[in-house]
Amino acid sequence: MKNVIGSSVTRVEDARLLTGQGTYIDDIGVPPNTAHAAIVRSTYPHAIIKSIDVSEALLVPGVKGVITGREIEAYLNPFSVGVSAPVNYYPIAIDKVRYVGEPVAVIVAKDRYVAEDAAELVRVKYEPLQPIVDIEKTMDQDAPLLHENVGSNIANHRSFHYGDVDRAFNEADLIVKHKFHFPKYSATPVETYGIIAQYENSSDRYTIHANFHGPFIIQSVMAGALKIPSNRLRIIIPKDIGGSYGIKAGTFPYMVLLAVASRIAGCPVKWIEDRQEHLSASSSGTDRVTYIEAAVNEDGKVLGLKMKMMDNVGAYIRAPEPACLYRTHANTTGAYDIPNLKIDGYVVMTNKLPTGLIRGYGGQELYFPLERIMQMIAFKLHLDPVDVIQKNLIKTRQFPYQTASGGIYDSGDYERALQLALDTGRYKEFRKKQEEARGKGRIFGVGLACIVEPSGSNMGYITIALTPDERAASLPKSGCTEAATVSMDPMGFVNVRISTAPTGQGHETVTAQIVADVLQIPKEQINVVAELDTSTSPWSIASGSYSSRFASLGSSAVYLAAQKVKKKLLQIGAHHLQVPEEDLYFENAAILSKSDSSIRWPLKRAAGSAHWNPLSLPEGMEPGIYETYYYTAKIAEPPDQNDLINSSITYGFVADMVTVEIDPETGQVEILDYITIHDAGKLLNPLIVDGQIYGGLVHGLGGALYEELAYDEKGQFLTGTFMDYLCPTAPEIPNITIRHIETPSPVTPLGAKGLGEGNTMSAPVAIANAVSDALKPFGVTIDSLPLSPNKIWKLLSEQKAANTLKR
Amino acid sequence: MGVHQVKLTINGKTVVEGVESRTLLSDFIRDGCGLTGTHVGCEHGVCGSCTVIVDGAAVRSCLMFAVQADGLEIETVEGLSQNGELGPLQKNFKECHGLQCGFCTPGILMSATDYLSKHPEPTTRELKEMLSGHLCRCTGYDGILKAIQKTVEENKETIS
Repeated sequence: MKNVIGSSVTRVEDARLLTGQGTYIDDIGVPPNTAHAAIVRSTYPHAIIKSIDVSEALLVPGVKGVITGREIEAYLNPFSVGVSAPVNYYPIAIDKVRYVGEPVAVIVAKDRYVAEDAAELVRVKYEPLQPIVDIEKTMDQDAPLLHENVGSNIANHRSFHYGDVDRAFNEADLIVKHKFHFPKYSATPVETYGIIAQYENSSDRYTIHANFHGPFIIQSVMAGALKIPSNRLRIIIPKDIGGSYGIKAGTFPYMVLLAVASRIAGCPVKWIEDRQEHLSASSSGTDRVTYIEAAVNEDGKVLGLKMKMMDNVGAYIRAPEPACLYRTHANTTGAYDIPNLKIDGYVVMTNKLPTGLIRGYGGQELYFPLERIMQMIAFKLHLDPVDVIQKNLIKTRQFPYQTASGGIYDSGDYERALQLALDTGRYKEFRKKQEEARGKGRIFGVGLACIVEPSGSNMGYITIALTPDERAASLPKSGCTEAATVSMDPMGFVNVRISTAPTGQGHETVTAQIVADVLQIPKEQINVVAELDTSTSPWSIASGSYSSRFASLGSSAVYLAAQKVKKKLLQIGAHHLQVPEEDLYFENAAILSKSDSSIRWPLKRAAGSAHWNPLSLPEGMEPGIYETYYYTAKIAEPPDQNDLINSSITYGFVADMVTVEIDPETGQVEILDYITIHDAGKLLNPLIVDGQIYGGLVHGLGGALYEELAYDEKGQFLTGTFMDYLCPTAPEIPNITIRHIETPSPVTPLGAKGLGEGNTMSAPVAIANAVSDALKPFGVTIDSLPLSPNKIWKLLSEQKAANTLKR
Repeated sequence: MGVHQVKLTINGKTVVEGVESRTLLSDFIRDGCGLTGTHVGCEHGVCGSCTVIVDGAAVRSCLMFAVQADGLEIETVEGLSQNGELGPLQKNFKECHGLQCGFCTPGILMSATDYLSKHPEPTTRELKEMLSGHLCRCTGYDGILKAIQKTVEENKETIS
């Protein structure tokens, strides 16, 4: 049988999704007595709750209860979080609201229409407080305090020194520095959050169905908040999730809120978030201010970097934050060989929606200043940006490469990938075209970005938020565990259970491909169950879909579980056929002998014997065919005393070249061509791979040009509908060319690395570099996003006015 | 809340039901008729995932009340395939990887079905304009566009 790993097979998920037979959270049905929830939310960014009058709401026919924070508090602990600042985060406001959209009361009613009627009638009296939304001002001594008991709005601060930064800065020919601001934006899956929660008082147990996809370390956080042993919190994930891109990891506070609502109301409660709720009060990426300084030699070689990063996690720091700041810790120096690094990382709180996972998580915030400064270095030294990048890129012979902050880049050929980008995009030709266009008054620009795409997070990285001494006080965390079960039923058919909680990435398909290859049976005969159930699935704290971990970790667990099944079948075969195990191999769903072509035993017979006739098995062998493998990579160690941490398992590479034209009249940025070169090791299914890349790239395009969760300076939320929060639609998509090179990872059994987030990380800065390149003659530089026409037009006008004044 | 009786056709079947005047057509299709293939993504007519065909025109079912559909013919994604066999457009979505999570897909299939029935030879630009009424955050629209274009090509071959 031909290898199916690595081939572009179509997806097993598609038939049901194309016929309306998908089973998303809103499709799975509910127990007959289920009530529906609507949530009353704060209209103020920062205020004391003086009173909540629910009397009128309770009179609405069909209302079963109205529950406030004060009532809910009794059943909850604050959520635990990985920093030492004592921030008390509950899923609902208790005495104070801290962002627009924060839950204040939950209405439980016979249907959603009635629940929303009643929500209108809840009267909340607020005493407004001074809000704060600015990242830097919130750190001031006299800034309004969000959490009085914390004593400041800084939730976490750590400094890291790697190498000899002072020396690098003393010896450098020049220092290039700039301040950058990355905006707050989201991912907006078309399916919003959805939850069905049920409390069973006879056993003090919660069952929650939700479109949550991990990380399942948060199951422990939720059980802690609910004050119950964790095996009495059963979480069941539906077969289909309507996209997430990380945002649905933020479902968990609502899962706990609905769980308690079910307990108080005495019936199961269902809640499907609406779009305004999603935009204002689900989760988002962090906005970040970065001060970056590069110590540079005249030839463009970067000797050292200093980065002061301030991440805004919104009104409460909640798990898995402050991960945005630390997920990319190992790859802070990106694709460059820069041994000296200083990081000053702050996590601050403001009166905005709390943050969490989002595609690219931390990468776009990191690479925006890093890749912008590389271009600024080139401009300052009158070099071509290509030369500066090439001067600093890690060379192929340096792999595995240890980064300044402890990363171990497993494999790559960065120079080749960059060259492929330049050749594909005809860089030199474009430079000539740009020159000619300038003569005609047209504004063309070209931008580059070379980024390292981390995948498969090491669970130890988040503890870098604590000092080595603080870490020593608790158990070390490490690993990146994922699990899978491969079993064969009495008739010899294969079931596979995975715990990667896919949200559209085709894990069922790729799982079937892998198992088909290992067992040499047609992939169509393999049934993959992706619904995760914390009471019955094989899972661990790292399980779930995030950090592009399926290709590196999920697939490894599947592969190795299938290998266990193969091993057992071979042993059964050897015993039954009376030939040595080494002489046997699998082909076309049968066990064959290398030395005797007359021997052929169908796999289903071998598997069947383990069920129907276990006494025929080799001495001491367990009956049944049911093998689980828990996989982790050895290189996912906890941080060491010197704060070195390999925060991810595999590191892919992306080289982008993007060309733009800017309309001088309107400031509109038009992308002419987007070239992206990927190295994600061995590709498991190129069809799915390119789909992931397109999606990630277009999300990055959104971040670059359109998407922002905007607040005014008083903390009022401005983008509560899809008319205000702009997502890219089909006409906005430029020409995109994707090319691959494959340098297999030595770390994973299949040589695969994660992908799909790379361009979400690279596109904002690649486009910003292209726009900066285009506007260089006008003296305009880009240091914030999104690059809307009005922003560009304003920058151009200001610069024109300044130039006129100079004359 | 007053209840009104409506009689309409969904995927060729007659449905007679009592609905409140404020019940959205999208909620009626899903909860009243059990056809959960029609998805609700924004409830303000932007994302397009709830699109169905009403009397031969693609409509956002979240922007219409069920009572307004009284006497009309509605087609949903469940009506696109026969006995589990995918129709040509659906097949091409699969082949061109025109879907990932699949949540926006039914709405896009309905819009494309309606559009192609009226515009058998659309340009790429026209197809993109048609798609601009739908949000897909998974695919970057590439596979979707390819799937529809492939269907257009196949339809041309069938005609000629």
